[in-house]
Amino acid sequence: MRGFQRPVAIVASASFETPAEPARNEVEMLLPVIQKAMGEAGLTQQDVGFTVSGSSDYLQGFPFAFVGALDAVGAWPPIRESHLEMDGAFALAEAIAVLQHDNIDTALVYAFARPSRGELDRTLALQLDPYTVAPLNPDARGLAGLQAQAMRDSGRYADVPDVPPTYVADGATAVVLAVGDRARELTATPAWITGIDHRIEAPALGVRDLTTSVSAKRAAEHAGAAGADAAWLHTPYPHQELLLREALGLGDRPVHCAAGPMMVGGLERFAAAARAVAAGEVTKALAHATSGPCLQQNVVGVLEGGK
Amino acid sequence: MTDDVLSAPHLVEYTYTRSTGPVIGTFLTGLRDKEIVGIRGADGRVIVPAIDYDPVTSEDLSEYVPVADTGVVTTWSWNDKPAKGQPLDKPFAWALVKLDGADVAFLAAVDAGSPDAISTGAKVKARWRDERVGSITDLVCFEVTQ
Amino acid sequence: MTETTDAALGPVTIVETPISLDFSYTPGVAASRFLRSLQQGKLVGQRCPKCQKVYMPPRGACSMCGVATDEEVELSGKGTVTTFCVTRIPSPGLEAPYVSAWILLDGADITSMFLIQEVDPADVRLGMRVEPVWVDDSDRKSDLGNIKYYRPIDEPDAEYDTYKAYV
Repeated sequence: MRGFQRPVAIVASASFETPAEPARNEVEMLLPVIQKAMGEAGLTQQDVGFTVSGSSDYLQGFPFAFVGALDAVGAWPPIRESHLEMDGAFALAEAIAVLQHDNIDTALVYAFARPSRGELDRTLALQLDPYTVAPLNPDARGLAGLQAQAMRDSGRYADVPDVPPTYVADGATAVVLAVGDRARELTATPAWITGIDHRIEAPALGVRDLTTSVSAKRAAEHAGAAGADAAWLHTPYPHQELLLREALGLGDRPVHCAAGPMMVGGLERFAAAARAVAAGEVTKALAHATSGPCLQQNVVGVLEGGK
Repeated sequence: MTDDVLSAPHLVEYTYTRSTGPVIGTFLTGLRDKEIVGIRGADGRVIVPAIDYDPVTSEDLSEYVPVADTGVVTTWSWNDKPAKGQPLDKPFAWALVKLDGADVAFLAAVDAGSPDAISTGAKVKARWRDERVGSITDLVCFEVTQ
Repeated sequence: MTETTDAALGPVTIVETPISLDFSYTPGVAASRFLRSLQQGKLVGQRCPKCQKVYMPPRGACSMCGVATDEEVELSGKGTVTTFCVTRIPSPGLEAPYVSAWILLDGADITSMFLIQEVDPADVRLGMRVEPVWVDDSDRKSDLGNIKYYRPIDEPDAEYDTYKAYV
């Protein structure tokens, strides 16, 4: 998607990340992050036209945990709200679509997770094919290792790094979006999302070419990412930087890679890119997020400065 | 403050019961009989395990193709610390295995003993469970044959 | 799953996939304080600084305003039945019939569910005034099991207007 009738900008964001949040529950961890982002934008919940989140109940170990998280939002009187069981960056893509409605001018997007309380590697097995893959309980690190080895075997990559243990961190990110003049009212430095697209590949690992990312490449093309000055890449494992750099044709341009907390790290890449655009450090930024095993699903956004 | 916060073990257990549909049902029925059944994709490739729809064109697939229980490793990673519920309780390799007669590899464990004993291209053979029930776990793992 | 390889079973149509995940659950700062207070035989809620509603149990945030709560409010435990249900089939550990009720604790702005005992189920009614029956001091733990059940007290029924928002 690009060429929006109603241009959308990131006008504020806030983030929190820690290796393991020992005391606060998900709501207590998320609430100050949302308040910081909303405070930066000068908005209250009742000013916000649409609220959407990305999180996984499986990481918390409770059904409908995402509904409980609304305690951190202030959802009364009832608000217009949605949720994705995916990284918050995919929720941001949904928000941009909703903001094309002419009666919705602002959106709050947030993501949160506290995987340190469970077993992330095993929990992620539940997102795999339930008939022929999930019963083997493959650990996420092991699947990432298949991708790294396939990259080594391909001969196209120099020095593919070993796959470290799956990155575990707790945290939350909140992003406030606004449309056109509303964005200009809320901040002097809007980061315009001029394109965004998400693509998915087949669930069966053997069907895919694990040495590249057809979905990331295609999402980038449809988002209009060519010519970006720098990229913020969501890389749950280090070898994925090499793979994405090649698939997205980034050459030697600067890339800022991070894993971040599960479900949060991708939205945080968008927030980080927006901060760099707002600060004038880049004029055109590519932001990327992924979900699923071995980069199965990818969302790519393009952020640009200016009025 | 942290000392005041309580914590307790929290075990979440649930057994999902799923209907297989005809295609995956055929694949699993085959495993019970020590047979591995693939299916021909729209482009002619033989896909294992058999799946309902073509991964590229989404066409209904219906031409079953029996394949061997021997094949070749197309990529692998070493698992030093097997976790609860995994195929083996000693270190093993995760691998994508392309069976002889198939064109698409699938995920399986390889009981290689050590990471030095496995490589991409290694030939492997299935180790079957004695008591088979029609589950992917009827295939315990693969063993390296050369 | 059946332990057999008999092909006469017919084609496989169902698979069972057991899931087992271990977590270390932490209830959070506010709920931990609440559970610790229970161990001391007290019910401590929290007040929203914005709308003044008192939450019991507290969860650290006002779900209506989306703000953090930290002012603690100790409640007597007495309350008013706002609605109830008589169950006529037994549950594990409960003989039928038994009564579960939503109770608006005095000073709280949210109802809590407890059992009502020491009364004929036919006599339980909206507006009935009730009090908690705690386990012996030596048996108290940091959980709501410390309150065995609620029982009626010798007070006039509450006026409907005082609890109608919670029915």
